Amino acid sequence: MTLPLYVPVASPVHRLSAGVKLLCLAALAVLLFARPTLTVAGAALVGTLAVGLGVARLPVAVLARQAWALRWFLLALLVVHALTTDVASGAHTVLRLLTLVLAAAVVTATTRVTEMVAVVERLCAPLRLVGGRPQRVGLLIAMALRFIPVLVERADRIRAAQAARGGAPRGVRALRTTVAPLLVQLLQMAHDVSEALDARGADDVPAHRPRRT
Amino acid sequence: MRFRRPGAAPAAVDVADPGRGIELRGVGHRYGDRVVLEGIDLRLTEPRVGVVGANGSGKSTFARLLNGLVVPTDGQVLVDGLDTRTQVRAVRRRVGFVFQDPDAQIVHPTVAEDVAYGLENQGVPPDERAARVAEVLERYGLAGHADHPAHLLSGGQKQLLAIAGVLVMRPARIVFDEPTTLLDLVNARRVAELIAGLEQQVVVVTHQLDLLDGFDRVLVVDGGRVVEDAPPGPAVATYRALMEHR
Amino acid sequence: MKTRDLAYVALFAAVIAVLGTIPAIPVGPVPITAQTLGVMLAGAVLGARRGFLAVLLFLVLVALGLPLLASGAGGLAPFVGTTAGYLYSWPVAAFVIGWLTERAWDRYNVLRGTLINVVGGIVVIYAVGVPVLKAVAGLSWTAAVTGGALPFIPGDLFKAFVAAAIADVVRRSYPVIERPRRAAGAR
Repeated sequence: MTLPLYVPVASPVHRLSAGVKLLCLAALAVLLFARPTLTVAGAALVGTLAVGLGVARLPVAVLARQAWALRWFLLALLVVHALTTDVASGAHTVLRLLTLVLAAAVVTATTRVTEMVAVVERLCAPLRLVGGRPQRVGLLIAMALRFIPVLVERADRIRAAQAARGGAPRGVRALRTTVAPLLVQLLQMAHDVSEALDARGADDVPAHRPRRT
Repeated sequence: MRFRRPGAAPAAVDVADPGRGIELRGVGHRYGDRVVLEGIDLRLTEPRVGVVGANGSGKSTFARLLNGLVVPTDGQVLVDGLDTRTQVRAVRRRVGFVFQDPDAQIVHPTVAEDVAYGLENQGVPPDERAARVAEVLERYGLAGHADHPAHLLSGGQKQLLAIAGVLVMRPARIVFDEPTTLLDLVNARRVAELIAGLEQQVVVVTHQLDLLDGFDRVLVVDGGRVVEDAPPGPAVATYRALMEHR
Repeated sequence: MKTRDLAYVALFAAVIAVLGTIPAIPVGPVPITAQTLGVMLAGAVLGARRGFLAVLLFLVLVALGLPLLASGAGGLAPFVGTTAGYLYSWPVAAFVIGWLTERAWDRYNVLRGTLINVVGGIVVIYAVGVPVLKAVAGLSWTAAVTGGALPFIPGDLFKAFVAAAIADVVRRSYPVIERPRRAAGAR
């Protein structure tokens, strides 16, 4: 699986369990909003950077990219606050937001998708009480990831087929003549996939079961 | 409070009798008002059984009856004495199913994960799972691709992967629904050779008549009925004659 | 839920992800993306329950760290940033669209579909998204509405129409929603 957002490094942060990291992130968010002072936000930012760059040894670029994506917004936020309230409250809001986004990026960059999936399955364990099956969450995730490239391929195929017949519709017409048939094809494929899943034991109930009386 | 699931088997009656093969008794199937299959009485015990028929003849539904993917609206289908209606889980463990479109049966993003899927459903412990997956991948020349994304495989490799995902579950019988239709000649031949080498009972639904060379028995399905039931030579001749009169 | 429903749910999560590869138009804090089109389609094609789960599954994939949001964002950052409220509103939007579509199923057409998509895909999304933007960014109501809602309304109206047009074609050729059973609909 290609994970552009995961950065493999042998660090204690990487080794920490995904559940603990997610809890820390949640705790940080609570802290930043419960104690809205410049000192707390500043300390949290320094701490986040220390963990991310110092302990986890992530490349600066990984975190810089996140901050850079927010640059105009943070700037605009500062200006709006300076005009409506004061510069200090603007700086505080910007700092808090930046800290949270960077902390989230640290968790994402140090945790594999498979570990996250395991956490999600564990979080879904209470579903068992109401008759749900937590393992199905893992299956859903796997299936969605598998469908993404298939979908792109089918979309290309439809486009090619239409181009071969001299039509390359644009605009709203393209959506109707390309997306609608594509969706129908994909729904049929999803149905076929479900049959294949059943054939490999996904479900022990027949597809066309008699109605409950 | 518990609801009894109507499809679930009554407790512990998995008394499979491997000698009985696949039996269809007075089988018919309708989708709404449309009759897809009717009046089918057969017993399939031969190691190699082929099924041919035009598009829309009902042969795909026929294939799906054999492992309980479709439960017949009339009559019953028994696999080694197990009814597909009431013991579908046991039936599916005995009868593997390979579909036409490999993309529609690969459900996990990477090769090894996908092969392991059926074993997870069967509750096979992780160590044994890994060993069996590795063995199957080795046997079908996919060992080097274990951690590769499935969508980067060629069409032929994808079909091999789909077959590996079924074989790893060690079913006693395997149904193939047009397994070579979407493959080029080289890959179709590889799949044909693979099928020929299987020790399991095999039922193959196909348009590619050369796939049936050396088969024991071929059924010709037309208009929802089995119109011919013979060795490959005569059956294929009947099928060709039937198609020429269209 | 049958295996088939799981496959549909996974499929639409993938549809929303792929729509994210259509380049987003950046306007201030919240970009215009084709992904809300996917959210509307999930509800209009799959109905309330499956549509809701499809969008939820998509968000889980994003949270897991896959860069599936338009503009290649992913991970947990979007869930705590300015776009958080919009993301949280998506499953609800799909549910509302699906619920209304199920009720209108026998009389569904592009016009009705568009109206339904406006209610679920515009009203619901901004009802959640704007207050969260206001809170996270510490903005005034005026600023939050001008920055987080108004620029998108024309695009959203267009998307609501397109989603209805597509859903209408799919409904006629491969209907997935079943008419709600009378017993369930009566309550």
